[in-house]
Amino acid sequence: MSKFKDAEHLVRLAGACAVVLVLFLLVRAHFIPKSFGQYGHFRGDALAEQSSKTISYAGHKVCEDCHADVLEVKKAGKHAGVNCEACHGPLAKHAEDPGSVVPQLPDTAVLCVRCHEENIAKPKTFPQVVSKEHSGGTVCKTCHVPHSPLLQPGDKKS
Amino acid sequence: MITRRKLLMLLPAAAFAWEYVLAGTPDVAPNYNSSEHWWGMLLDIDKCIGCGNCVRACATENDVPEGYFRTWVERYHVADWQQDTPLVDSPNGGKDGFPESSAVGGKNFFVPKMCNHCADSPCTQVCPVGATFHTPDGVVLVDSSYCVGCRYCVQACPYGCRFLHPTKHTAEKCSLCYHRITKGLTTACCENCPTGARQLADLKNPNDPIHEFLKTHSVQVLKPHLATGAKAFYHDLDGSVR
Repeated sequence: MSKFKDAEHLVRLAGACAVVLVLFLLVRAHFIPKSFGQYGHFRGDALAEQSSKTISYAGHKVCEDCHADVLEVKKAGKHAGVNCEACHGPLAKHAEDPGSVVPQLPDTAVLCVRCHEENIAKPKTFPQVVSKEHSGGTVCKTCHVPHSPLLQPGDKKS
Repeated sequence: MITRRKLLMLLPAAAFAWEYVLAGTPDVAPNYNSSEHWWGMLLDIDKCIGCGNCVRACATENDVPEGYFRTWVERYHVADWQQDTPLVDSPNGGKDGFPESSAVGGKNFFVPKMCNHCADSPCTQVCPVGATFHTPDGVVLVDSSYCVGCRYCVQACPYGCRFLHPTKHTAEKCSLCYHRITKGLTTACCENCPTGARQLADLKNPNDPIHEFLKTHSVQVLKPHLATGAKAFYHDLDGSVR
C-alpha cells in the first residue's frame, strides 16, 4: 500500500479527466442532430426536408384524370409525347383546386415558335419553320390544332 | 425477484416497446424506400431542340434565382477542322431559347447540362463541413443548414453545376427534384421536355427502359477520364463536348 500513498493527486487528475469526458459527451450529444447517421454521414432529416418541398408541376397523369377527352385527341397526333404542362405551364395549384385556380390559355403565337422556329442546331428531322415566312405573324391556332397539330379539320393535311 | 404482479405490469410495457421496434426508422416520404432506387438521367442529344423548357421548368419548380442555373442548355458549333475548339453559346442558359446562329456549316447541336449526380462526386469529397452528401438512392444533395458557403464544391465540380445562392449564401445545385421523385413523379425538366430528350432513370429498377437503351445505343458520360461515376448518360454525345 505504501507504494500508492502519494497517489492522491492522480485520483484528482482522473476525476478531472472524467468530468471533461462527461462534459464532452454531453456537448456532443447536444450538438449532433438526432437524425445524424440515420442514412449515412449526414443529417437524416435533410432528406425529409428536401422531399417535403411543394411541387409546382402536377405531372401529366394528374391532368389526364380529368381531361381524358384532350388525351384522346392528343394521343392520335404528333404531340402525343408532349406533356400538358410543357405548354400550359405549372398547374399543381389548379389540380389541387380546379374551381378557383383557372389556367390561362397559352398564346400560340409565342408558344409554338419556342420549339418550331428554325435553328441550325436542331435535329434535322424535327419539324421547323421560319415563322415570318410561314405565317407572317398569324396566330398558329388559326390553322393548326395545338393538341393534334395538323391543319384544322376540313383543310387538307399539312 | 420478479413477482407475478411485477411481470403482469411489465408485459404491456414490453408490448409497447416491441411496437416501437417494429415501426423502424421513419422513412423519407410515405411509400418511398430510398434503398430501392438508384437515380440517374438519360439525355438524348439527338432529340434536344434547345427550346429551354427544362431550364424554365427547373427555375419555377425549384425557385432558382434569375441568372443562376441548376440546369442549362448549350449550343455547340463544331467546324470540321476545330474538333478541339468548338464554339459554345448559351444565352441566359437557354432559358429564352436560342436566336438563329451565325454559324455556317459544320456540326451544330444542343447539349442539356445538369448535375451528373456522380457516384464518386468531387463536390462531396471537398466539402469541409459535410454539408454535401449522397443519399442512399444516388442523389447528391446539399444540407443548407450545414453549408458555410465556402465555395469549395463550386470549384470542385468538373461540370460547373453548382453556384452560391445570392441571398442564402449557401451552395445550390440540382436536387434531381428530390421532392418529386420521392412522390413517384418525374423531375420538372423531364416532365416538361417536349421531345423526350431528358428521361429520369432508376438504375435499380429492372423494368426501367434505361436498361434496354443502354444495351442498344451508344451512350457516354461527360469527362469519363475523371472517374466521377457520373450518372447523366448522354446518347450520341459528340467528342467535342466538354
